[in-house]
Amino acid sequence: MKKLIILCTAVVAAAVTIPLACSKDVKGRTDDIPALQPTKTDIDGGTWKPVLLTAANEFAVAAPIATNSPDYIAQINEIKTWQADLTSDEKAIVKYWSAGAILRWNELLRELVAKHNLPPYQNPDGTYPVPNANNPLAYPQFPFANPPFAARAYAYIAAAQYDALVAAWHYKKQYNRPAPYKVDNTLQVLVPQTDLPSYPSEDAVVVGAAVELMKLLFPGDQDYIQRKAEEHKRARIISGANVRSDIEAGEALGKAVAQKFVTRARGDRAGVAGGNQALWTQLETDCMAKGEKPWYSLEVPKRPPMLPVFGKVKTFLFDSLTAVSLRPGPPPLTGSEKMKQETNEIYDYVNNPTRERLAIVHFWADGVGTYTPPGHWDAIAAEDFIKKNYSELRWARNMALLNMSLMDAAIVCWDTKYYYFNPRPTQLDPRIKTLTGIPNFPAYISGHSTFSGAAATILAHLNPERATAYSDMAKEASLSRMYGGIHYRADCEVGLEVGNKIGGYAVDRAKTDGAGN
Amino acid sequence: MNCLNYCKHIAIALGCLTLAQSKASAQTEIDGIMMEKKNLCIGPMYSHSSWTEYWEGTNKRNNENLGRVTTQMFSIMGNYGITDKLNVLFGAPYVATKASAGTLHGMEGVQDLNLWVKWMPIEKTIGKGEFSAYAIGGYSFPLTNYAADFLPLSIGLRSRNLSLRAMADYQLGWFYVTASATYIQRSNIKIDRTAYYTTEMHLTNEVDMPDAASFNFRTGYRHGDWVAEAVVDNWTTLGGFDITRNNMPFPSNEMNATRVGVNLKYEVPAIAGFSLTGGGNYVVAGRNVGQATTVYGGIFYILNFTGKKASKPSNSKQN
Repeated sequence: MKKLIILCTAVVAAAVTIPLACSKDVKGRTDDIPALQPTKTDIDGGTWKPVLLTAANEFAVAAPIATNSPDYIAQINEIKTWQADLTSDEKAIVKYWSAGAILRWNELLRELVAKHNLPPYQNPDGTYPVPNANNPLAYPQFPFANPPFAARAYAYIAAAQYDALVAAWHYKKQYNRPAPYKVDNTLQVLVPQTDLPSYPSEDAVVVGAAVELMKLLFPGDQDYIQRKAEEHKRARIISGANVRSDIEAGEALGKAVAQKFVTRARGDRAGVAGGNQALWTQLETDCMAKGEKPWYSLEVPKRPPMLPVFGKVKTFLFDSLTAVSLRPGPPPLTGSEKMKQETNEIYDYVNNPTRERLAIVHFWADGVGTYTPPGHWDAIAAEDFIKKNYSELRWARNMALLNMSLMDAAIVCWDTKYYYFNPRPTQLDPRIKTLTGIPNFPAYISGHSTFSGAAATILAHLNPERATAYSDMAKEASLSRMYGGIHYRADCEVGLEVGNKIGGYAVDRAKTDGAGN
Repeated sequence: MNCLNYCKHIAIALGCLTLAQSKASAQTEIDGIMMEKKNLCIGPMYSHSSWTEYWEGTNKRNNENLGRVTTQMFSIMGNYGITDKLNVLFGAPYVATKASAGTLHGMEGVQDLNLWVKWMPIEKTIGKGEFSAYAIGGYSFPLTNYAADFLPLSIGLRSRNLSLRAMADYQLGWFYVTASATYIQRSNIKIDRTAYYTTEMHLTNEVDMPDAASFNFRTGYRHGDWVAEAVVDNWTTLGGFDITRNNMPFPSNEMNATRVGVNLKYEVPAIAGFSLTGGGNYVVAGRNVGQATTVYGGIFYILNFTGKKASKPSNSKQN
């Protein structure tokens, strides 16, 4: 019995000790990055070319109160009161948000996209419910943040933040109100100091623009979004970077500019991109009339095609005629020898999967429950931009250029997909079992390839030292879709080419927007 | 000759975790039987496990894009007696998965090496029966670079598992009961993508795998050439998250399962040291796992390195 007691004690002790002894904390790559310390203030950024604003001063920002006024001194004291008794949570939010406003809001957006990138479950009768923006919390929750939806969300938020910051920079220079720690040198400052005028607060501009657009894009996540917004604004005050009036003016400006983007979004035709039964049937009959095998859904029950009219959504970088002109020529005919060869090539890939190719497939899959390929390219860009010490304005400008490219890539790609309505490899050869999920839309041209071509082209311009890396990544992302068994070679090669052309429009814009490099 | 009992439990555990053929394989030797010193019991096992319904969180559903998900496992298992009271055990499975519907490609490959040390510090007569107590330590790790993040078709979850089991066995006449509890510590794993969403975004390829606990209770007949028993067991993941509606499963889901099953073993009297084993089990309750039905069978043989004639196992139970 004594032995039994010893045994039990030893087992219990080990069961308690083993888990405690091994810390399993997983850190994200950007959890511990240092505070953003821009090498340049880009003080003349108010002259950079906005996306939608007619001029940097289209929305008025009132002159700030004087720094010797009692109101301003009260605002300084607010900071001092916070700082007198900082909790570890408060220190943590200062550290988190000081890494950069554009970076953190882009990460939050990627998180919301991943959360909502879930195709709705079918109804009992085999049809599929459609998320309703007016009832976002009912199943299926709004939105279904699929790649086109996500590309559009990233683009609108990035472009609105950029325009709002151009306006902010205009007023910063005009009013030239120094940061609170420059007014009162007894004030502690918990973030890197800057010569950039602090009114209106660039962080609050970013918050205001993001929150306003997220009301439209993620109406069911307002509690989370508002909590983050409050935290961000508080972090700026706690840190001594901004007084309350900097924050209030910035947030109001961000919201006002964002309204212009909300108005554009409501009229950009994305709301009707889902089509209806008559249109879905029409796509099929039109394709058959050309003598081609039409695409059909490989899901059970068959799911209506994803956003068949997304190709008609209003582009950012070029007009609708240009968008149509970017549509490539046709894929190999479904009955042709060429198509047979391309299908056989894919069968060979999936039939002989190697671990290396599987890793590539999964690295780039960005499917259900992820932040989608545009989000993946945002992550790649953001992690490079972190090292560049850009001003918030330049961060915003570069993310806007990238994300407008990605959205326009989605539009041209979707236009092409539904123009040709070309089947997936598994439809032509059911022996092809895939190493990732088959997206529920036609094959030609590959979305991943179009996105990646566009992203690699604009990123190569913004960060030339990584140009080869971006190009290699784009090629690998493109190939991953063949390795996975879900695209033919033509989809991928032509997709990359089309993407590169779209990225070229962003490069043209970047060369003339006044920002330089 | 009782070398086989442990193997069947491995098979059972493996089949159960369903959505994943999880590290349940790390469930260790789980019966009240020891190999005698310098005897090696070794043999092949086959198991077949499949499900059509699974629990997405607590919501039970089928999936017409998967149909029936089947996991087959071939393994070699062994148990060696270092002494009569200290055994080492190993198992290494080859696993193949497939889905009967939809387009997803099945996976196959060598999974994890499982190693255990089983120690019987106590063996005594209590009342009219024999009581024994055991401590079993286990370790498992992937033998190949298989992909964990392709559930439900991954062949395993990749974590390196350290397990500790306390077990007691009481035999009265021809009947016995065995009960055990196990704590499984699981290492973090790496996946092929650089970001994933659980209940929040993670910008890393590393996944925190929650630990797990397992309980096992068995009772039955153990006499002469036969062992026949009924088993109920439970695997509970201590943490993790639910699969969201119509989402894919993920290695760090909260996978729980309660199973009932039967096991049989027969020692072929005509061939000393030769035995057959088989059995099956069914998941009666679960969370983020498939409702699997598993059957298995194995053939085992005792190699005696003592130079003496092949003997009965060292356990003192009627056998």
